[in-house]
Amino acid sequence: MSRFTKEMETRAYELLALYPEKRSATIPLCHLAQEQNGYLTEESMVQIADLVGTTPAEVLGAASFYDMLHTEPVGKYVVGVCTNIACLLQGGEELLGHAEEKLGIATGATTDDGMFTLEDMECIAHCDHAPALQVNYRFFGPLTNDGFDTLVDDLSAGKLESEVPPHGTLSRVQRKHPIAVPLEEIVRHRRDSDAKEGERLAAKAAAEAKEGSN
Amino acid sequence: MTDSEKKLKLTVNGKEVESAPGEMLIAAAEKAGVLIPRFCYHPRLEPVGVCRMCLVEVKGPRGFTLQPACYIAVADGMEVVTDSDKAKKAQDGVLEFLLANHPLDCPVCDKGGECPLQDQTLTFGPSESRFVEEKRHFEKPIAISKLVYLDRERCIQCDRCTRFAADIAGEALIDFEGRGGELHIATFPDKPFASYFSGNTAQICPVGALTTTPYRFKARPWDLEQVESTCVSCAVGCQMVVQSSENEIVRYLGIDSEAVNQSWLCDKGRFGFESVSSAERIPSPYFNEASGMVETGWSQALDKIAKALKSAEPESVAVIGGSHMANEDIYTWVKLAKGVIGTDSVDAQLDDGLDPKIVALSDRATIQEATQAKLLILMAGDLREELPILFLRIRSAAKKAGLKILEISLSETSLSEEAEVSLRYFPGHAEELVNGLFGAEIDPQLFAGDLQAARALVSSVDPASVVVVGGRENLADSSLDPERAIAKLLDTLVGSKFLSGLRRGNVNGAIDLGMVPGFVPGRSQLQAGNEALRAKWKTLPRKAGRNSKEILESALKGEIKVLFLLGADLISDFSDSALAEKALSNIPMVVGIDTLTNRTTSHCSVVLPATAFAERHGSTTNIEGRVSTLGKKLVGFSLSRPEWMIAVELAAYMGEDLGFENLHDIWGEIQEVSQLHRGLSIAALGAPGAKEGIVVPLSASKVQISTRRVLDPIATPGITSVGVSGPPSSSAALPGEGDPVLSESTYSPQRSKLLELLAQNDRAKAGPEADNFALVVSKRLYDHGVEVMSAKHLSELVAPSKGRVSPKGWGQIGLNGSGLTRLQGNGASVELELVVDPSLLDGVVKVEFDGALGEVSKLFGVDNSTSRVKMEKV
Repeated sequence: MSRFTKEMETRAYELLALYPEKRSATIPLCHLAQEQNGYLTEESMVQIADLVGTTPAEVLGAASFYDMLHTEPVGKYVVGVCTNIACLLQGGEELLGHAEEKLGIATGATTDDGMFTLEDMECIAHCDHAPALQVNYRFFGPLTNDGFDTLVDDLSAGKLESEVPPHGTLSRVQRKHPIAVPLEEIVRHRRDSDAKEGERLAAKAAAEAKEGSN
Repeated sequence: MTDSEKKLKLTVNGKEVESAPGEMLIAAAEKAGVLIPRFCYHPRLEPVGVCRMCLVEVKGPRGFTLQPACYIAVADGMEVVTDSDKAKKAQDGVLEFLLANHPLDCPVCDKGGECPLQDQTLTFGPSESRFVEEKRHFEKPIAISKLVYLDRERCIQCDRCTRFAADIAGEALIDFEGRGGELHIATFPDKPFASYFSGNTAQICPVGALTTTPYRFKARPWDLEQVESTCVSCAVGCQMVVQSSENEIVRYLGIDSEAVNQSWLCDKGRFGFESVSSAERIPSPYFNEASGMVETGWSQALDKIAKALKSAEPESVAVIGGSHMANEDIYTWVKLAKGVIGTDSVDAQLDDGLDPKIVALSDRATIQEATQAKLLILMAGDLREELPILFLRIRSAAKKAGLKILEISLSETSLSEEAEVSLRYFPGHAEELVNGLFGAEIDPQLFAGDLQAARALVSSVDPASVVVVGGRENLADSSLDPERAIAKLLDTLVGSKFLSGLRRGNVNGAIDLGMVPGFVPGRSQLQAGNEALRAKWKTLPRKAGRNSKEILESALKGEIKVLFLLGADLISDFSDSALAEKALSNIPMVVGIDTLTNRTTSHCSVVLPATAFAERHGSTTNIEGRVSTLGKKLVGFSLSRPEWMIAVELAAYMGEDLGFENLHDIWGEIQEVSQLHRGLSIAALGAPGAKEGIVVPLSASKVQISTRRVLDPIATPGITSVGVSGPPSSSAALPGEGDPVLSESTYSPQRSKLLELLAQNDRAKAGPEADNFALVVSKRLYDHGVEVMSAKHLSELVAPSKGRVSPKGWGQIGLNGSGLTRLQGNGASVELELVVDPSLLDGVVKVEFDGALGEVSKLFGVDNSTSRVKMEKV
């Protein structure tokens, strides 16, 4: 099941309705597809292209730019160890090395049981807790090697289900209300401000022309 | 003074330069003779400023700073320095970065020798690289379509191909994937770069990252010989360069003709050259005897034909085809048929076009006028399938300049998305819909679309600023209905202009020169005076002739004794192939004059070999009436001869002298007999000033002669030095440099009410039927036609014909999942794959024409009524 399910499709249309340009919904829809499948399948990219009126190549182009969107299968938990400067000084590289040993995989790979994918990351803005890491974009740190083992064991045992949802789920809280400002108003506002800007430029040009003719 | 006329003054390298507002600095500098290096900048694409090669110093509030010249618009008083040490260091640095990952495999790269990266490195770059690390590696090359290879190692990420695909062609099938050091061009997995315009990306690629399959490893650019020519694979008349090596064409490149193709070519045009060197070429004259095809000589063959002609009544001689020929061939054959033999049964169209009266007697628009019209009404087939470059021009006018389009069609086309309003009609009801557009009541069951909006749109514009593009969308129905609809549009919108949507190579030239029944050269009708002709021609037809369909029908009755087929593969191309086959077997002498062996060849009594494209000089006429030259680069194949020469020789065997020894003689006579062509000679066409061709009739307001600008000086550098392609000069004086000497033509279209010239449409109007579907058959770009099938790489792109039905029709047949369906009509049965098309009206099935496969054409006869088919699930 890699296209959107009925329920997800409803949410996809809700997302689409949020944007004056359908194309703007590309990234939110990619996240939605990841929430359903854990990663972006080819079928879902084709479907997203249909929904936003672009081509699959353009969806892939956008998705492949972002680290948080995965176009290859990943584990249930994506562990990203920070190796940027603050964490590096606090032993981030060593932590990554330990993680490779503990999980038995190289950086970038996924365990055979499909539970863990290991990545190295640039600064995750958790420097006060260096060395830090993210599991499905939830922060953990500072971590020792033992602390890392405990974390992995807890995740494997399902003890952290409430804190860390499976990969792809950014938030388990769904918007229940329509957007506060109706779309028509946004469009109207945009048109007004465009017109104002146009007037301003025209006035400026007129003033310049006048100056020029003097 | 409007904005666009306002001039700005800026200083480039201390020299004062004039420019217009909105112009990019790089273009302004180029006009002033300062070439700023560039990769991503292309005048026909939106600027992006990604390659950074064009960094120059521009004075701002903080003094001179480096800025990309392709991405900043000129401003009054701007001071620019392009050759300072700082600018040079920046350009040198950018090149060093671009070369860091470039594989430098120039010796095995197709681009080597004409490569902007090579050239600009030599001019602006460092002589040594400091990059000693491992370069990035990709699998190379990968085929991103059957026509284009991608080598990601060579790519410098200039964004030209992706911008072309997304903005110009409107199909973003390639895009950047990844980021930073991983950035590369990619298609979506399993979705190849299957665009009709893919070859253009290889032409504009500034490195060897995109190369075309047919040219791969064929030649080195410095060995190529080249000549300018005009593409005749459809009737748009794209200007291009023919490049050959060792008497074989190896590639075509588009030329930047502002008026026509603006540097682009479609893939059918670009890669069709392979048919010229095809193994199917006819080498010599043949007699078709009981034992098979027997090779013979020209004299025996012509003698046999001449004898047959002498014993035949003028009315029993007919000519079909000629729409692929050059203007000179057409005129000579028209003179032979109408002026010597005396038959008017001459038709260049194969029942797939329109009544020539519409094309010949309406006010004609140019492509430029169509793209600048206040309203463009489309009543033609899908332009992307039939006239691909016209599609590009109209699409970009709609996208960029807000061209308003009203589309009247049987189903969705590639321009529906750009249309303000799209109206659909049930086959056979186009005229009613047009009447409805002008206020009449119409039956809502037979139409779809917002008629009110369409009426408002039409009445909101000045009728004189409307252009109507008219063509033939449905081969399975009589042409009378769309003809009357187009005539009604042109008549009612007083002052509106017509742009021909007829698709065959030189069919518009054939109409202009009288290669259609009822006409003589110069868009004039047979009855109308013709004094100039009587002075030059021995005779004139006594009776109005028959069109292709009528010729074949009279052949069934035994009324045709001699039939000439001028490049007409009737059995593949005529819409009713069964009629064609029966008719051919009933004609004692069928003369096939063609370049390629095809399905009709075996039905000919005599086969004569004609020279192919690029093997002869000449000229051709496009949809606008623009006459442009055909260049010669190859020696004619084997014993083949140009068609005009065959006509002259044949006349000689009949004891007649057509009076032509060369192309200048022919043009001399055309000018005398045709008001339309007065002032135009082939010498004028070959003059350096006439690089875009010349639109007939020549009038003070319409003469569009311009010297071509160099579009993309860093790429395809050879194009600027291409020789002028007129025929070898004879005694006729060639105009010198500059504009050709042209006198104004006194021609004016004899336009009356077009509708009154057409036959009444008195057949019963039929709507949807309960268990029959109305059949729509339309052309597509890659059909099974002989030109496509004999070009190796194009033939691989031909897919089986598909059909389309409305969702209701889909349900009615009981289809579920697979669309495999059996269609039965006209006593034949065909199986093909159906897909759902919500834009189709219920009760209609639309099928793609399949040319030489000849399956689809069995489904309908040409009996002037809407064809019906029964459909059942397989």
